[in-house]
Amino acid sequence: MADQELDARGLNCPLPILRAKKALNDMSSGQTLHIVASDPGSVKDFEAFAKQTGNELLESGENDGEFSFILKKA
Amino acid sequence: MANKKLAIIATKGTLDWAYPPFILASTASALGYETQVFFTFYGLQLLKKKLNLKVSSLGNPGMPMPMRMDKWFPTLGAALPGMEGIMTFMMKQKMKAKGIASVEELRDVCIEADVKLIGCQMTADLFDFKRGDVIDGIDYGGASTFFEFAGDANVSLFI
Repeated sequence: MADQELDARGLNCPLPILRAKKALNDMSSGQTLHIVASDPGSVKDFEAFAKQTGNELLESGENDGEFSFILKKA
Repeated sequence: MANKKLAIIATKGTLDWAYPPFILASTASALGYETQVFFTFYGLQLLKKKLNLKVSSLGNPGMPMPMRMDKWFPTLGAALPGMEGIMTFMMKQKMKAKGIASVEELRDVCIEADVKLIGCQMTADLFDFKRGDVIDGIDYGGASTFFEFAGDANVSLFI
């Protein structure tokens, strides 16, 4: 179980990233954020976000046209 | 790790062209960039308190229109009175349906993330902007002000 949930379904670029960033701001280091998105572009975007911000992308997967990510706050 | 810097010049004041500067600035701030956007000429419209941005297919053959209107109403049709309003309405509906952020929302994200928004003083004089016309917290400056930040920016964009 992740510490926080974020429903980013129905949102388009760059909103999933912006909402995730906002959620991470209120979390403490080491906590995890689970994101569900419907934007196919979010797969590459969350990889790039993790690489550039140092927050670790623990999981990235697709299920039934929905994309799921788990980020660990740096 | 020292912050990377992004400097943008925003020169256009239509609905479609309002997106690139605000999308890039808000995303860059989420990625940890220190970001500054300089709004000049028509771009200064993007700082108005009440945004009334429009999109037009006139002079833009690349713009797809609903119901193949671009085929049935070529240039002359796009010039008809009221067409700009219809286009803008349709574009906004489409954006909403696709979950695309409003310009206002992206601008708010930029402000919350401390993206520095600078208005061009010369443009404000040229178009008779009053202090109360633009959102709070905007500094005015000129070309030198832009270079003070852009001079050591990692990415500089002219939009």
